[in-house]
Amino acid sequence: MNSFVRKTRAFTGSFYALMLAYRAEIYLWVLAMVLPFIMMAVWSTAAQGGGLSKDPVGYARYFLAVFIVRNFSVVWMIYDFEWHVVEGRLSIHLLRPASPLWHYVTAHIAEQMARAPFFAVIVILFFCIFPQAIWVPTPFAIVGGVVCIYFAFALRFVLQWCFAMLSFWYERAASIEQLQMLPYYFLGGFVAPLSDFPEPVRKFAELTPFPYVVNFPARILIGEITLQSPEFHRGLLIMAAWFAGLFVLASILWRRGLKHYSGQGA
Amino acid sequence: MSMIEAHGLAKSFRVSASEPGFINAFKHFFNRKYRHVEAVKPSSFTIQPGEFVGFLGPNGAGKTTTLKMLSGLIHPSAGEVKVAGHVPFRRQHAFLRKITLVMGNKQQLIWDLPPNESYRINAAVYDIPDDELARRVGELSEMLGLDKQLTQPVRKMSLGERMKCELLACLLHRPEVLFLDEPTLGLDINAQVAVRNFLKRYNEKYKATILLTSHYMADITALCPRVILIHQGSLFYDGALAGIVDRFAPYREVKVDLSSDTTREALEPFGQVQSLEGRAATLTVRRDQLRTTVEKMLATLPVADLTITDPPIESIIGELFKQGAVKEPAASGGGK
Repeated sequence: MNSFVRKTRAFTGSFYALMLAYRAEIYLWVLAMVLPFIMMAVWSTAAQGGGLSKDPVGYARYFLAVFIVRNFSVVWMIYDFEWHVVEGRLSIHLLRPASPLWHYVTAHIAEQMARAPFFAVIVILFFCIFPQAIWVPTPFAIVGGVVCIYFAFALRFVLQWCFAMLSFWYERAASIEQLQMLPYYFLGGFVAPLSDFPEPVRKFAELTPFPYVVNFPARILIGEITLQSPEFHRGLLIMAAWFAGLFVLASILWRRGLKHYSGQGA
Repeated sequence: MSMIEAHGLAKSFRVSASEPGFINAFKHFFNRKYRHVEAVKPSSFTIQPGEFVGFLGPNGAGKTTTLKMLSGLIHPSAGEVKVAGHVPFRRQHAFLRKITLVMGNKQQLIWDLPPNESYRINAAVYDIPDDELARRVGELSEMLGLDKQLTQPVRKMSLGERMKCELLACLLHRPEVLFLDEPTLGLDINAQVAVRNFLKRYNEKYKATILLTSHYMADITALCPRVILIHQGSLFYDGALAGIVDRFAPYREVKVDLSSDTTREALEPFGQVQSLEGRAATLTVRRDQLRTTVEKMLATLPVADLTITDPPIESIIGELFKQGAVKEPAASGGGK
C-alpha cells in the first residue's frame, strides 16, 4: 500500500477514534459556532425593508453557507502546537521520520469527520424550520464549493501555522493569533457579506486572505460565483498566492524555531 | 567505526531572570534580564556499537540536554556530534529510523486509546508491513510480559504497564541506538526489574547501542559495564563502573565478627566505624593503610572472622555528587 495512503489511514483512523471519545465536547463546539445564525437573523430582518444586496432568503442562504464553510475550515492547531512546544511534547513528533504536520492535519480531518453527523442534523433542522431557504446547488456549486472549502481550510491552516511558530519564541502564541480574529470575522464575511461593504473596504478586503476562507466558498455554494465568473479565477489565484507566501514563511519560521527549541521538560 | 562520537559538544541556554515582587515584575516587563546557563560544557566521548553505557549525574547535571543533542531534538551551541553516521540535528529520516529516545516523563502513547492504535501509527510512519507489525508486537509484548493491556486504553493502565507499552512503541522499528532517559522513573520494584531485564535481553538480542540515564543505581549496576559521570555540565569520569571505586573511593570496608563484646571507642583507632551491632562491626579503612590496619586488628582484637570489600558503588557516586564539586582523591585508580 502506498505509504501516503497508509499514513493517512493510520493517523486519521486513530484520531477519529480519539475524537469519538470526546464527541460531547465536539458537539458543544458545533453549537458554539452559531454566530452565522445570529447574523442571519439580524440581516434577514434588516433586508425586509429592502435596499440591501440580498433579500431575506438570500441572507439566510448566505449565512447557512457561512456556517457550512466555517464547520469544515475551522483550525485549532495553534492550541495543540503551543502546548506541545511549551511542555516539550513536540519532541515526540520530532523523533519520528515523518513531518509533524501529519499529526496536526489528520487530527483536524478526523475531528471534521466526527463532527459531520451532528452538523448535518443542524442543517436539516434549519431547512425544516426555514423551508424557503432550501436551494438546489448546481454540480459546480457542489464540486467547486467543496474544493474551495478545503482550499480555505488549507489557507486557514497555513496562516495559523505561521502564528503557531511563534510558540518557539513566545509562550502564548495563541494569544497573538487572536489579533487576526477581528479581520477574520469582519473581512471574512462573517458579520456581513462583502457585497454589503463600501466599495473601498471591499476592494481592500479582497487583497487579504480573509474573504477567501469564508465569503468566497460560501458564495460558490449558493451559486453567486460560477465557473464562468472572473471572480472565481481571480479568487483562486489570490488564494494560491497567499497560500504559497504563507507556506514559505511558515517553513522559514519552522526551521528557525527548531534551532530555538529546547524541548523543555522532555 | 564508533556508533556515537561527540567532540567538544556543548549547549548553553539564555534564561530570563527576574526577582520576586510586584516592582521587580514590573521592571522585568520593560527591562528583561537574561543569564546564560551552560547546561553542557564542551564534552567529548565515543560509544561503540552494542555498548550499554550508563549516564549518571544529579538533577540539572546536563544528562537530558546531552541526550536531546544526541537524538537531534536540540541544536548544540558548539562542538560536533555524529550518531550512527549522521549529524543528529539535521533530523534526516534515515537517522530517525535508526534511533529512539525513551522518556520516562513523556510518552508518545495516545492517552485515551489502546496502545495498539499508537503502534498502527508507528508502523505507518516507519513503513512496517502489517504482518511484520503483528510479529514484532507479539515478540516484544512477550519479552515485556504484556498481553491484554494492548487493547485497553492507556489511561486505565498502571505506570509500569504504561512504561512497558511505551518501550514497545519506541522499539517497534528496531532502532540501532537507544537513548533511555529515566525509563524506570516512578516504577515499583517489580516493574523496575521487568524493564531492566527486558533492556538487557534487547541489548543482547539486537546488539543495540544503549545510553541510559537513571537515578536508580540498581539500573546502572545491573545493566551498564561502562558509565559516564557528569556534574554541572562537565564530564568527569568515563570508564568501567568498577573503576569508579578505584578512582574515587580511597577506602575499603572491613567487616569483623568478634568473639567477645567490644565498644565503639575500642574500634575507632582502626578506622571510621560505620556500624556496631552486637559483635559485628563494619569499618571503613583508607586503602593505603589497609594492610597495617588489618594486621593491628588481628593482633589486638578478638577477631573470629574478617572480610574486606569495596564500599557500595551507590554510596560512592552519591557522595561524589553530594560534594557539589568533584575532588579527585590522591589515590590512583582505573578509568580514563
